Amino acid sequence: MALNRDFIGRAFPPSAPYEVSRVKIREFADAIGDANPVYRDPAAAQAAGHPDVVAPPTFPIVVSLANDALADPELGLNYAMVVHGEQSFAYERPVRAGDVVTCTSTVTEIKAIGKNEKLVIETEIRTVDGELICTTHNTIVERGI
Amino acid sequence: MAAQVKHADVETGTEIPARVFHVDRANLVMYAGASGDFNPIHWRESFARSVGLPDVIAHGMFTMAQGGRFLTDWAGDPGAVVAYGVRFSAPVVVPDEGGADLEISGVVDEKHDDGTVRVTLTARSGDQKVLTRARATVRLA
Repeated sequence: MALNRDFIGRAFPPSAPYEVSRVKIREFADAIGDANPVYRDPAAAQAAGHPDVVAPPTFPIVVSLANDALADPELGLNYAMVVHGEQSFAYERPVRAGDVVTCTSTVTEIKAIGKNEKLVIETEIRTVDGELICTTHNTIVERGI
Repeated sequence: MAAQVKHADVETGTEIPARVFHVDRANLVMYAGASGDFNPIHWRESFARSVGLPDVIAHGMFTMAQGGRFLTDWAGDPGAVVAYGVRFSAPVVVPDEGGADLEISGVVDEKHDDGTVRVTLTARSGDQKVLTRARATVRLA
C-alpha cells in the first residue's frame, strides 16, 4: 500500500529520556558474542581512554527502536510486510554508561521501488544536555504484494 | 579511544583476514531480549515459514553487529569507528540444528589524509552475500 507522502520531512517529538546502564551494555555485548572488556569493565574502558564502559557500534539501534515514529496509522505502514533495508550510523563518540539520551526522528524519504515502498528515517541521538552522540539512517522496505 | 592499527601501516588494498562467526538460535533469543526486537521470524520457525521464509532468520542488526565486532577487533577500540553502514541483501537462515556460519572479511579501499580509512566488508552465509555496501570509516592511530 502506498505510504502517505505527507510524512516526508515530518519530524517527530523527542523520545522520552533513556538512561544507558552498564548492565544493558553488557547484556547487548553478551548477545552479540563480543567479549571486549571495554563493554563490561570500567577500569578497562578507562585504560582505553573512555570515562566509563562504552557500547558496541550498533548499540544505538536499541535506543532508536524505542521510537514509535512509524506507529501513526495515518502513515499507512503495514508492519507485517516490513523488512530492514539499510542501516547506517555516524558517530561523534561511542554511547557510554551514564548517558541519558533522547532521539529525534525525521522522515527524510518515501519512494516507490517497483512494487515496494521505501522509507528512510534519520534519527539524532543526543544527551539530554544537547550533545550529539550519533546520527542514524534507518531504511525500511514495505514489501508490495 | 585509541585504535591499535596504525594509519601508516595500512594502504589502499590492505586486506583484513576473514573470520567466521557462528550463529545459533540461542544467540537470536539473546539478541531479541537485548535489542527489544521480538519479531517472531527470529525465533519461531512456524511463524517464519508462514510468512514465506525458509526458516528462522537472524536479525539484520545481529549480522551488522558481527561486522561491527570485526571492525572494532581489527581497529582495537570501538571509539575508532567514525561511521558504519550496511545494506541487508539476503537473510542469514538459522536452522534449529547446527545453526549457521557467517564469514566476514574486509579490505581497506580508501586511505584518507585525515587519519581515517574506509573499510568495505564482505559478509557471506552459505552461498549468499548477506550484506552489501557494508562500509565503515575508521580512525586509526
